[in-house]
Amino acid sequence: MNIIMDPTNEQVPVERSLARRNGKIVGKLALLNISKPRGEVLLDRFETLLGERLPGIEINSYTKPTFAKPAPEELRREILENNDFLIEALAD
Amino acid sequence: MSQEFLPAFSLENTAGEQVKFPTSRYTLICFVKEDCPTCKTVTPILNACYLAMAGKVDIHLIGQTLDGNQRLIEEFELDIPLLDDSALMVSYAYDLEIVPTLYWVDKKGNQLQRHEGFLKQDWRSLLNEVCDFSDCRIEVPWSKLPEWRPGCGSLSVDPLIAERLHAESENSPMRARKIEIGSSDDTFEFMYDQGFSDGLPLVPPTPERVLRMLDGTRRDPQEVIAEVAPNMGSATIEKIAINAVMAGAKPEYLPVIIAALEAACTDEFNIHGVMATTMGASPVMVVNGPIRERIGMNMKLSALGQGNRANATIGRALRLAVRNIGGARPGGTERPTLGNPMKYTMCFAEWEERSTWEPLHVERGYSRDESVVTLFCMTSGPVLIVDQTSRSAAQLAGSMGMCLEHVFHPKAYMASDTLIVVCPEHLDTLARDGYSKEDLRNRIQEITQKPMSELVEDERSGVGIPAEKFSAMSIETQNSSLPKFKSNKDIHLVVAGSDAGKFSGAFHGWVTGPMGSISVSKLIEEA
Repeated sequence: MNIIMDPTNEQVPVERSLARRNGKIVGKLALLNISKPRGEVLLDRFETLLGERLPGIEINSYTKPTFAKPAPEELRREILENNDFLIEALAD
Repeated sequence: MSQEFLPAFSLENTAGEQVKFPTSRYTLICFVKEDCPTCKTVTPILNACYLAMAGKVDIHLIGQTLDGNQRLIEEFELDIPLLDDSALMVSYAYDLEIVPTLYWVDKKGNQLQRHEGFLKQDWRSLLNEVCDFSDCRIEVPWSKLPEWRPGCGSLSVDPLIAERLHAESENSPMRARKIEIGSSDDTFEFMYDQGFSDGLPLVPPTPERVLRMLDGTRRDPQEVIAEVAPNMGSATIEKIAINAVMAGAKPEYLPVIIAALEAACTDEFNIHGVMATTMGASPVMVVNGPIRERIGMNMKLSALGQGNRANATIGRALRLAVRNIGGARPGGTERPTLGNPMKYTMCFAEWEERSTWEPLHVERGYSRDESVVTLFCMTSGPVLIVDQTSRSAAQLAGSMGMCLEHVFHPKAYMASDTLIVVCPEHLDTLARDGYSKEDLRNRIQEITQKPMSELVEDERSGVGIPAEKFSAMSIETQNSSLPKFKSNKDIHLVVAGSDAGKFSGAFHGWVTGPMGSISVSKLIEEA
C-alpha cells in the first residue's frame, strides 16, 4: 500500500439544480456584455429579436468592467435581484 | 508522585488476536527486535513471566518486524504470542530509542518503571516486585545472565523510517487527505488518472517527502496564503508543498514557490484571467536577490532553457498548484486556443552581477539584499531580437523597438507590455554609450511611434482603430503619433544569458493594466 498526499483543495462542489421551467418566458431578462470587442453588436441583435418575439419581457442591459476578470460581486447581485433570466455573451 | 500515562494501542498478536492496552490489569510491556542480541537475552525471561503470571498481569512482548517475530518464536519455542508492531507506529508513539525497553505499568496505564537495555540488577529487582505483586514465581537462571548489556537502536529511529513515521503520526503537522494506492496499482499511472499532472510524470507526494518539503519554510503548514481561482481553493503551505514535491522541487525552493503563488493570486496579477484566456497566457517568474545563488538558479547560459532543476521545478510547481488547488485545467476554465509551452514552466533568475543597471526588484522598491519574485504575464516569447551588427546603443535600442512593433500585431498599440531579457553582449553595447534603462525605454518608444493614420483598420488588415472612430477624431489627433506602449513602465527589463551571443529575448504581454494583468512582486522568506 502506497500513500500520497492529496494535492487538490479537497472541496466537493455544491450541486445546483436548474431552475424550474414552466414553458413561458415572462418577466425581466438581463443581457450581460462581457466587454469583448463587438459584444454589443451581438447583444443589440438579441435585444431586437427577443423584443419582437417575447413582448412580455423587459430587457435590462449590463456590462462587465473587463472580460479578463469575473464580474464584480455588486454587479452579480444586482443582476440576480432584478432579473428572472440572464444571457451572457462573448463576441470576437 | 507524577504520573505518565503511556499511549494506548491495539496490536495483532501472532495468534491473530487483537490485543489492547491498557486493560484493567497491571502490565509488563517489552519492545524487542530479533537482530538485537540483548533482546534475545531478555525474550526467554518475558516468556517465563507469561507462563507464570497469565491472567494476573498482562505481558506484552512487542516485536518490530514480522519475520523477526517468527524467528524469535521458533528459536526460543515461545509460548507468549508476540505483538506485531512492524508498522512501528506504537514504537514511535512510545518515543522508543532503544530495544529492549521494559515498562511496568499500573492498571490505568500509568508508567511505574522503565528500563532500557539489560541491567540485571534492575530487571531482577523489578521482576521480584512483579512476582510479589502477582503472587507468582518465575524460573530465571539469573546467575547465567550477564550483568549488563546495552540495547540496540529501535527501528523507529532509523533515519530512513523515522521521517515516514513522523509524517504519518497523529501529531504530524500535515492535515491533507491521505490517498491510499493499492500495492497492485502503479502510483504514476494513478496520479495521471486523477488529473494531478500537467502531462509529465510527477514525483509521488508521499507523507515523508511532503514533510521534508515543509522543512524548507518556517511558516505554519496550515497557514492559508491565498485563495486560488477559479475554484477559490485555499492554498495552505502544506498544499503548496505537496504540489512542490510533485513538481520535483527541493525544500529550499519552497519559499520562492509560496511567494510566487501569493503574487499570482492578487487581483492585480489576476491568475484566473491569465489561465482562462483564449490567448494562452502564462506567468513568467523572475527571481532576484541572494536566494538565486543559494538555491543554484540559472541566470547565465540557457537561463530560459532546460537543464536547471530550480528554474524548471519552481515554475512547474506554481503551475501545478494553480491546477490542483485552484482547479484551472485545460478544457475546464482554462481555454487557450493554442496554449504555449511556458504553461509547463517558466522561471529564471536575473544576472544582477553582470548588469550595469539596477536589478528588477530594486527598481520595484526592494533592496538588493532582499530576495524577490516578480510575475509577468506573457502570451508570446521569448521572441528573439537578433542584432549582431549594431555598434551603437541607439542602433541596438532601435532594433529592439522595431522587433517590438509586432507585440500582438503591428497595428495593435498601447495594448500590452513586454519583458525584455537583455543578453550580456547587448548590455555591453548599451553600456558603452551610457544607456540607462530609461534611455532604452525612451528609444523603444521613439522608434515604435506611428502616425494614427497607420493604425486604422483598412483593406490590408481589420486590426486597428475602427474607421468610424478615427473619422470622429479631431484633425490634430489624427495627425498625432502613438508609441507602442502606453507607458515606459510597460517595458520591463532584466539581464540574463551567456556572455556569448547578441540575441536578447522579449516576452510579449497580455492585456495590460487593471483590465487584465499587472506584474506583481513579492518578497521571498529568508532561510
